[in-house]
Amino acid sequence: MPSRCARSSSRRTDRDLVIDRDPEPALARIFREEWGRVLASLVGYLHDFDLAEDVAQAAFATAAERWPRDGVPDNPAGWLIRTARNDAIDQLRRRRTLRAKLSQLDRPSEVAPMDQELDRQLSGHSIRDERLELLFMCCHPALSQDAQVALTLRAVGGLSTQEIAACFLVAPEAMKRRLSRAKQKITGAAIPFRVPPDHLLPERLGVVLAVIYLVYNQGYAGRVDLATEAIRLGRILLALMPDEREVSGLLALMLAHDARRAARSDGDELVLLQDQDRSLWDAAQLAEARALADRAITGRGPYALQAAIAVLQTDAPVDWPQVAGLYAELADLTGSPVVQLNRAVAVAQAGRPQDALDLVDSLDRDRLDGYQYLHSTRAELLSRLDRRQEAQAAYARALELARDDRERRFLRRRLEELHGSQS
Amino acid sequence: MHYALLIYTDPHAQDGDTDEEREAVTAEYMAIREDPRVTGGGHLQPVATASTVRVADGTTLVTDGPFADTKEVIGGYYLLEADDLDAALEIAQRVPAARMGGAVEVRPFVFPPH
Repeated sequence: MPSRCARSSSRRTDRDLVIDRDPEPALARIFREEWGRVLASLVGYLHDFDLAEDVAQAAFATAAERWPRDGVPDNPAGWLIRTARNDAIDQLRRRRTLRAKLSQLDRPSEVAPMDQELDRQLSGHSIRDERLELLFMCCHPALSQDAQVALTLRAVGGLSTQEIAACFLVAPEAMKRRLSRAKQKITGAAIPFRVPPDHLLPERLGVVLAVIYLVYNQGYAGRVDLATEAIRLGRILLALMPDEREVSGLLALMLAHDARRAARSDGDELVLLQDQDRSLWDAAQLAEARALADRAITGRGPYALQAAIAVLQTDAPVDWPQVAGLYAELADLTGSPVVQLNRAVAVAQAGRPQDALDLVDSLDRDRLDGYQYLHSTRAELLSRLDRRQEAQAAYARALELARDDRERRFLRRRLEELHGSQS
Repeated sequence: MHYALLIYTDPHAQDGDTDEEREAVTAEYMAIREDPRVTGGGHLQPVATASTVRVADGTTLVTDGPFADTKEVIGGYYLLEADDLDAALEIAQRVPAARMGGAVEVRPFVFPPH
């Protein structure tokens, strides 16, 4: 099982996930795999996120107690959902009775059909996979991106509130409030639990992909467990939407980068792609990325293009003109200056450093002046074109902006090399 | 689910418009009012007519102007009953103010409005 973000056993809130308690590894794995599906089914059924979460946790707790003794049922998800539903029905009945005693506010007609519906569904055994509905609900654009990310990790990924808090370096109480506000908005504003209709799907799927990629990038920036989690979410999404090429593209992109994880640093130092030890790359994962990227590229979507680029860059030698062409397409599609910078690097690698510098200098320098990579890229190109003084100035500016220690050391080395070659 | 669409407008959005252009925008507002999900609505007079009331320690203070001194001001509202937030957002995005320098705030009701 992949390691997750720091787990502390000392401070656990009452509502935290039972899968935290890891009854035993095999059970923990089942819990983790089934959590999203069980919760999705309950949210779809109860239309109440909080209640669904409560009864799901209680069902997992019951399982943790009984399964080691009685054995794991044939259909663990079915068992968990049925147990949780029974619990929910009891709770709803108690609430109804209580409310009936307390006030006349509730029209009985609102509650009675619900009971029948609950009973009817309870007798059925087929359990639909509703994780896609859950994912689109958690990634609704009316929620803030922070909330989308936290909810997705909690609801679909099955991370506990504490784990998510640790991942994002936020106090557990703050993360709990963030999740609780988001759930309140889902209920209060009636954010739908459904796969969006066709005319909304491209935009909404874009949000889901962005959330997963954001989780991945948090992992890429050092928290490996989040990268693993994002890949897991990507796999779930692809299983649910096998025909969406951008989903294949995103998974391919994450796998291609992740496959080079072990080679990306040497001790504390960054290792550039061309200098990486290829024997450290995960060949099987790269092959999977390549197959997915091939499938995705016919859609020419932004993730598919990035995946194709990431995969091409692992070839020896790299086909830089093709990479530059893909970056040009991606730059047109996104209008992103960052992509334009990467395009310039590829153009330079293809043997055209002057064209590359022209591309960089066509960017809005005033707006991007605070962007370290603009200056480091210019510096690299200028030094290739033997314009050393300008290169030094650009490296110096990049160094001013750099925050990451490894990057700072890298930039200092480049500056020293330039000084050395001058004397 | 019942929602209010609070329509924030840029008071100068239509300054240079011809009568025809103004009428076309008004017609759009009327058309939204015709949507069966829209249960009410209203167009407010300009913000220059606004008064704001506060009561502190039993003393009433009336000031000229709107509550918040912002570029966009509430120009009107719709009340609607829709299946879910997506349906409300779909109506909100048709409100002309949303594309004319203003914005539409979508707020669910606690209880259905009377």
